[in-house]
Amino acid sequence: MTHVLVIGAGPAGLSAAVAAGDAGARVTLLDSGDGLGGQYWRHLPPQRPAQREARLHHGWAAFDRLRGSLVGVEVVTEAQVWAIETVDGIAVHVLIGPADAGGRAARTFAPDALVLATGAHDRTLPFPGWNLPGVFSAGAAQALAKGERVAVGRRAVVAGAGPFLLPVAQSLTAAGAHVVGVYEAARPAALARGWLPRPWRLLGAARKGGELAGYAAHHLGRRVPYRLGRAVIEARGDGRVEAVVTARLNADWSPIPGTERTVAADAVCVSHGFTPRLELPIAAGCRIGPDRFVAVDADQRTSVESVYAAGEITGIGGVDAALVEGRIAGARAAGAPAAAADLKRRTATTDFARRIDAAHGIRRGWTSWLRDDTVVCRCEEVAYGPLRDAAAATDQASLRSLKLTSRAGLGICQARMCGRTVEELTGADPARAEDTTDRRPLAAPIRLGDLAAPATTCGKDTHV
Amino acid sequence: MNADVVVIGAGIVGAACARALARTGLSVVVVDRGAPASATSARGEGNLLVSDKAPGPELDLAMLAADHWPHLAASLADELGPGFPDIEYDRKGGVVVATTEEGAEPLRAFANGQAAAGVEVAHLTPGEARSLEPHLNPAITAAVHYPQDAQLQPVVATEALLASARRAGVRVLAHQEVVGLVRDGERITGVRTASETIGTSAVVVAAGPWSGEVAAVLGADLPVRPRRGMVLVTARMAQRVFHKVYDGDYFGATQSADADLQTSSVVESTPGGTVLIGSSRQQIGFDDRLRVNVLAEVAGRALRLFPFLAGTPVIRAYGGFRPYVPDHLPVVGEDPRHPGLWYATGHEGAGIGLAGVTGDLLCAQLTGADPAIDPAPFQPSRPSLAAHLTGGAA
Repeated sequence: MTHVLVIGAGPAGLSAAVAAGDAGARVTLLDSGDGLGGQYWRHLPPQRPAQREARLHHGWAAFDRLRGSLVGVEVVTEAQVWAIETVDGIAVHVLIGPADAGGRAARTFAPDALVLATGAHDRTLPFPGWNLPGVFSAGAAQALAKGERVAVGRRAVVAGAGPFLLPVAQSLTAAGAHVVGVYEAARPAALARGWLPRPWRLLGAARKGGELAGYAAHHLGRRVPYRLGRAVIEARGDGRVEAVVTARLNADWSPIPGTERTVAADAVCVSHGFTPRLELPIAAGCRIGPDRFVAVDADQRTSVESVYAAGEITGIGGVDAALVEGRIAGARAAGAPAAAADLKRRTATTDFARRIDAAHGIRRGWTSWLRDDTVVCRCEEVAYGPLRDAAAATDQASLRSLKLTSRAGLGICQARMCGRTVEELTGADPARAEDTTDRRPLAAPIRLGDLAAPATTCGKDTHV
Repeated sequence: MNADVVVIGAGIVGAACARALARTGLSVVVVDRGAPASATSARGEGNLLVSDKAPGPELDLAMLAADHWPHLAASLADELGPGFPDIEYDRKGGVVVATTEEGAEPLRAFANGQAAAGVEVAHLTPGEARSLEPHLNPAITAAVHYPQDAQLQPVVATEALLASARRAGVRVLAHQEVVGLVRDGERITGVRTASETIGTSAVVVAAGPWSGEVAAVLGADLPVRPRRGMVLVTARMAQRVFHKVYDGDYFGATQSADADLQTSSVVESTPGGTVLIGSSRQQIGFDDRLRVNVLAEVAGRALRLFPFLAGTPVIRAYGGFRPYVPDHLPVVGEDPRHPGLWYATGHEGAGIGLAGVTGDLLCAQLTGADPAIDPAPFQPSRPSLAAHLTGGAA
């Protein structure tokens, strides 16, 4: 019986696991979180379920259906994949237990096929004051609102770029915050290029109309100002955020002098898009395309035999794309053909991903809102000025050397937060393997004691 | 483009050679097929060790380097000013311990031999060792202190040497692969890269573990092979390791010709607050795939030295290829079969420490000056290398 290992239990991974099981494979589904659903369907833990979960989440019925279809699938939560070896077939090394705990159980999987559905984390561009308490990544704010029903502040500003800003604003409102404004960096012209003047029309065509129309009605109803072509360029406050400065942006996202406005706020939630989590695909040897997503064919096959990828690591396409890609990947990994309807839908969702990038993709002019003392790498507290100085002093554009001379990206998060930013600021060429910050042979921190326990980490899996 | 000398390789050894040559007034071009300071020089620990070398020519070179680095570090800092990142030179000293009864006597004997060769050596009781390193495993069986061992940040050191070289007129051409030589009869007249020909009569191969491949492209043969090493980096922590601390098995790993995996433990803190844990030696060609068993063995050995590290998170693992030569000596000199073709390579894991003196030694030979150390043991023509050369003597 074919053993399919699926990594990531968000929309893509869940649908892959169900599809692989339906196709007759033995399936193991891993997720590093303590429940299923991933970032998209993040919800309260089962010991304290919410009454209105279904109303708080889009597509909750789809989630319920998928969750209910996992019959026969071995589900392992709190499973942190820390390494993938490709020396003798594929070996996936996993520690199971609460993150950061000692003595986690070690398992190693050697599946017949692997589906990677590790998703993306939100990307936040730095700005002066972004390291003040009270500034959150929109993803973190969303997670607190959805997972804990906690609003990150009373007067919140949501800023950045992309369709994700709207659900974040909605979750914050639902959790009790007053959202004083949503600032979308993309200007109307860019949105028109990517979508149409009225985005929900196009979204409707892509069958996401219900979702975005809901947001639009919600915002109109609650009178949350939604500003296009404007960004938060500074957060101010004594010890924590008290106000933000916004400014209108040129088409290249450089702020237009004289358009600054100061808004009182005690929380700023920022998202400028998403960065795919690529360390596991890279560790598995998968080719990464020039757009910095895992390269896949129409069957979601990567460049590595028996390794498939689905969801945001193949392009930021939203939940519908993830579900379709997951179904295709799961079926193909199990050795079954993909449904013709799914292959057709995939074409539409790929187009959707392209449109998001055309409308909301980061433009190079954003760097002009940085100051020399704006911290770029928060783990190692490396500011923009010193990073530029190190590049100038060494006449260096190569990332490996620059990271080691400036320490940018060397900290505990291993450039997950700042990597893409450091690449852009230093003019690194991501087409060169040495210039990517996404390569992390250790995919997650591991205690030295756990690493030194070869008896449990090196054998083939005996549990399944 | 023309130059008196073309140096192939912009790692720390190539940088030191180019700098030394340019400071005598020669025009020098450095070419590298990748980015400068980004391959072997960026994938090690920054060891400047005398403690791991047995009496002989390499130890002589290392002792010269130990005396030389403080001056070199100071003059680079002077020349490049406070705006340049710190090379973090630190003569912190090494503490070598034996972790087994069988290992104790060989360590003491090894240290005595080094002392006779002029190395500063202090035998420590376990109690004395623990006063130098309070968190060391009390179960150690012997310990020796080597005050001359030092550490630096290898990438900054390489960049500093390159920056200093540029100030002396050196041109550094990144992302240019050398594809061959131009000759007039036996005489070298130029180096061809993928995009141009650089007129020159002298070529220095300083391409680290790729030196054998580069020599082949130039029509020569040189028995330099890659040997892979892996290093672990922990999360930042309050400093609890104060010297370069390693177990005596390191000698076995560095001095061995065995292709199989060997590990020994080298543990030290960095100014960044992380702890570096090395390292392994494995001959597997240029295969850079992760091997969990290698990391496990490195981790296990480190825990024998510092049990407290068991709960410390490792946040990164990196690996690199070291230039291995069968007789374990650097190759610094002219190829007698190919006049004008010079080598500065083969330092295995010691290239960071030996780079400065290697640059000077190469430069002295090439310019006809008096070298600071006898160059004979490092010649490509030395007898211990003859058996490994396939081309035979011209």
